[in-house]
Amino acid sequence: MTDKSPLSIHDLPNSYIGRSVPRPNTRRLAEGRGAFTDDLTLARMAHVAFVRSPHAHAEIKSIDVSPAEKSPGVIRIVAGEEMARHCTPWVGVLTHLKGLKSAPQYALAVGRVRWQGEPVVAVVARTRAAAEDAAALVEVSYEPLEPVVDMETALDPSTPVLHPELGDNLAFERIVDAGDVDAAFAEADFVADEVLHFGRHTGVTLEPRVLVADYNPGAGKLTVHMSTQAPHMMKNIFATHTGIDEDDVRVICKDVGGSFGIKIHTYPDDMAAVALSVMLKRPVKFVADRLESFVSDIHARDHRVKAKIAVRGGRITAIEIDDLTGIGPYSVYPRTSAVECNQVLNLVGGPYDFANYRAVGRVVLQNKNIMCQYRAVGHPVAFGVTEALVDSAARAADMDPAELRRNSLVPDDAYPYTGASGIRFEALSHQKSFEKMLQLMDYEGLRAEQARLRENGVYRGIGLAAMIEVTNPSPMFYGVGGAHISARDGVTIRLDPTGGVTCATGVTEQGQGTEAMIAQIAASAIGVPLEKVRVVTGDTETTPYGGGTWASRGAGIAGEAALQAGRALRGNILAVAAAMLQAEADTLDIRNAAVVDTDSGSERITLADLGKTVYFRGNELPDGVSPELVATRHYSPRQYPFAFTNGVQACWLEVDPDSGFVQLLDFWVVEDCGTVINPQLVDEQIRGGVVQGIGAALYEHCLYDDQGNMRNATMADYLVPMATEMPDITIEHLETPTAESVLGAKGVGEAGTAGAPAAVFNAINDAIGVLGGKITAIPATPESILKALGKV
Amino acid sequence: MKPAPFDYAKPASLEEAFSLLDGHGEDARLLAGGQSLLPTLNMRLSAPAILVDISALEALRGISIDNGMLRIGALTTHTELKASKEVARAAPLLAEAASHIAHPAVRNRGTFGGSLAHADPAAELPACVLALDASLEIAGRGGTRKVAAADFFHGLFETDLGPGEILTAVEVPVLRKGFRSGFAEFARRSGDFAMSALAAHGRFDGERVHELRLVYAGVDIRPVRAQTAEQTVEGKAVTADLLADAMARLGDDLDPMDDPHASGVMKLHLSGVLLGRVLSAMAGAHR
Repeated sequence: MTDKSPLSIHDLPNSYIGRSVPRPNTRRLAEGRGAFTDDLTLARMAHVAFVRSPHAHAEIKSIDVSPAEKSPGVIRIVAGEEMARHCTPWVGVLTHLKGLKSAPQYALAVGRVRWQGEPVVAVVARTRAAAEDAAALVEVSYEPLEPVVDMETALDPSTPVLHPELGDNLAFERIVDAGDVDAAFAEADFVADEVLHFGRHTGVTLEPRVLVADYNPGAGKLTVHMSTQAPHMMKNIFATHTGIDEDDVRVICKDVGGSFGIKIHTYPDDMAAVALSVMLKRPVKFVADRLESFVSDIHARDHRVKAKIAVRGGRITAIEIDDLTGIGPYSVYPRTSAVECNQVLNLVGGPYDFANYRAVGRVVLQNKNIMCQYRAVGHPVAFGVTEALVDSAARAADMDPAELRRNSLVPDDAYPYTGASGIRFEALSHQKSFEKMLQLMDYEGLRAEQARLRENGVYRGIGLAAMIEVTNPSPMFYGVGGAHISARDGVTIRLDPTGGVTCATGVTEQGQGTEAMIAQIAASAIGVPLEKVRVVTGDTETTPYGGGTWASRGAGIAGEAALQAGRALRGNILAVAAAMLQAEADTLDIRNAAVVDTDSGSERITLADLGKTVYFRGNELPDGVSPELVATRHYSPRQYPFAFTNGVQACWLEVDPDSGFVQLLDFWVVEDCGTVINPQLVDEQIRGGVVQGIGAALYEHCLYDDQGNMRNATMADYLVPMATEMPDITIEHLETPTAESVLGAKGVGEAGTAGAPAAVFNAINDAIGVLGGKITAIPATPESILKALGKV
Repeated sequence: MKPAPFDYAKPASLEEAFSLLDGHGEDARLLAGGQSLLPTLNMRLSAPAILVDISALEALRGISIDNGMLRIGALTTHTELKASKEVARAAPLLAEAASHIAHPAVRNRGTFGGSLAHADPAAELPACVLALDASLEIAGRGGTRKVAAADFFHGLFETDLGPGEILTAVEVPVLRKGFRSGFAEFARRSGDFAMSALAAHGRFDGERVHELRLVYAGVDIRPVRAQTAEQTVEGKAVTADLLADAMARLGDDLDPMDDPHASGVMKLHLSGVLLGRVLSAMAGAHR
């Protein structure tokens, strides 16, 4: 059945595409009626707390659990060797990341601990408090080893090797060499170089990692309720390492209080909790508390990039980078910890039209907390480097930084276009976006104001950042490398005899509005009011197999599946209606939950009446009519590895040259994420992302001492961005839909985080450059700014 | 993050509170607003056997002015301190400083007495009571005694409070003619503990400043007076040159330690910036 509607999905009279309708789950959450994993209490449920390593690197000499075992309420205490018999170790490598190596990682440390915070002993008790009481009585004796803390010296011959069987501490290395870089630098009018540091930070989710593992020996089934981004991926991982048949594992994820890439990895404590449920044949709950989150949730970034740029004829002609990143003691499973560095190499220079690019990326092991993919993987580093280089080059060439960007952006008529690193773009709008930004922020006006204020000793700066974002990933991201991570996602849509519509999908709701997005598309595709649509997510047993939430894929991939499934169901409904009404299906339409004559709009039968006939009085249907009031469609992009989006961000701030404090005054975003489904949700994704990017630029930093101990692992000392310090964030859109799908939506979940650090960084240097200051690292602290100004 | 097990008692009178403290000795901790104590319990940094909740002791409440003295009950919350008309009139420094304490949720529960008795070296109120030359009223089995703020803060989380004693109130001389105060701090984010905070109080006679007290928080193990800087400006008109001179001598008064948010050098620098800004604002207030 083909869709004969003359109107596209975007301009149907009853379309919800492009409308800021309220999220259906808002009221429930606002009234405190969410269903978070920690709300779950099961019969005979036990709680686990972990004894964690206080050392960054040490041999475990002995473990004495006997005093702890006598503590009230203790059920079982398990250490590494015993746990390894119930949960096999894993190795975080992917075959398409050539040469990537890592060592087997155990749920509980065996023999040696390799980061402060690594779980060593699991204590299961009747309550969490009882488990913590007993954990305090476990005596572990360690022999400290020299920790590998500084990534700069991790590869020195004199540095200890974390995993002797690997031979050295180099986990991954990649080299890109495109065009003729040496010639381009030799022929350049201007060259600028930088050594930039991007601090290690983490994603602080409001709801921590939490799971309740429930092994039922009678059924031989394992059910894991958890706060996660990828239920199907976790199902595979739990099965693989506990030895339970994958078809007997079910993962259920209800409300999630933020994830940001934190809740998509294999954590040893999570694995131990699941294995303990199987061992003890009873439910076990694990909730990471805030203190253990800081030393066990993945960290991100921590890059040192040496970079160089060539300008000739007022345009960028070449970029060269050397990226070094420290990832902790293991490449994280199953996505690996080489991806961020790989992304940096792919994305540097991404918005610009130049052909000569050389990049070296090295990923080294060290005795710090594990590091892996967090919101906007690699992007803030790549655009931090690129945009710092562009501003440096503009200073060297005595050009306005806006002018150098304007001259160098990939032209809007150049698509399809392949970037210097080899990444392929279907269609972007850099030039239009950039001009729109200059207008939106009144660039010329701000420059005049900046000059005027400087005369009064007020130092304000403008920071510009052009960016692209990897969204809608194809199987080329993970699947190709052997990981059981679905690039495909599906939506099943069903019409019930009430006229209500239920959608089930493999993508998940993290608080960002996935369910609203699916409901809007399904309602539009079928022709029903939004109130008639229910969305089910987060259950591997009741939703189509899919990848979940990551890499800004929900709207672009599951959204397209929802559109196709909705259209298919619409076709099925119209076929039944045509048979019942003795009409031609292509003269009928569905509007406002009723089948109508397309031309006159007059109602023929409501969907509720149609449903009742089909389900309850099927005898009234003509012979040969076999109604299917359910349809499933899947979607996975295949023509391009990713649907890139583009955008420009700009920051206006003031630096107090006496205190080094930065006051953010204004922030603008022009974003092109293709078709916008819900403008409010899109804008809030961008705002939240920008705030996280500001966190990286000014506040968030995992500080380690020279023994590998994290020094600021509390919410008092680890500074997340707070509302009081945040500027207004003005957002405008361009829409260049991807032609690969009918919906045309690309992702937007990471754009804000991708570009904001570069905009803030450049604005600070724009403010203090006239005072002879220049920062080279984020987060930019008041002290680092005063140091740059030579004041402390 | 669950506290170790503890008992809980909520006495209805000071007498009852003293009995509980006598009975449990060092195993007991007083609980007022709980804004510092409860996090330390949850992080298992302390594990008292019993919490003695003094929040029902009416004798520790209330704000009044009598005989030229402002009396503030120890259980006065930061929010009450900030909103009080009496405090705004008699000791505006306290009201000004209170708005820098953490966030509204903390200010709604955290108490004046709790902040002083806890004696966090980065807290605002200990510096203020020292700047105002306040007197602290301490009750014990044997009766009530008064201690000058200058003698109360002994060290890091250490005070003059002895076993079995409870801080009941603070007395501050009502602001006299010619006196002014000023407060400012540098914190990474609004509501954070300050990298350096300055509470200042002094008398202005035209352009000239007298009897100035400059008290810093966040730079040492307890609130600390910058006496060299005070002497440098004593009796002089506040000019840019004088401020530069005082700032240059601040190193004689302060020797801040490093912490994760700022080095000692940075804290000393910021302390100087605060000195210039606060004194300028105080001097400018009369023009």
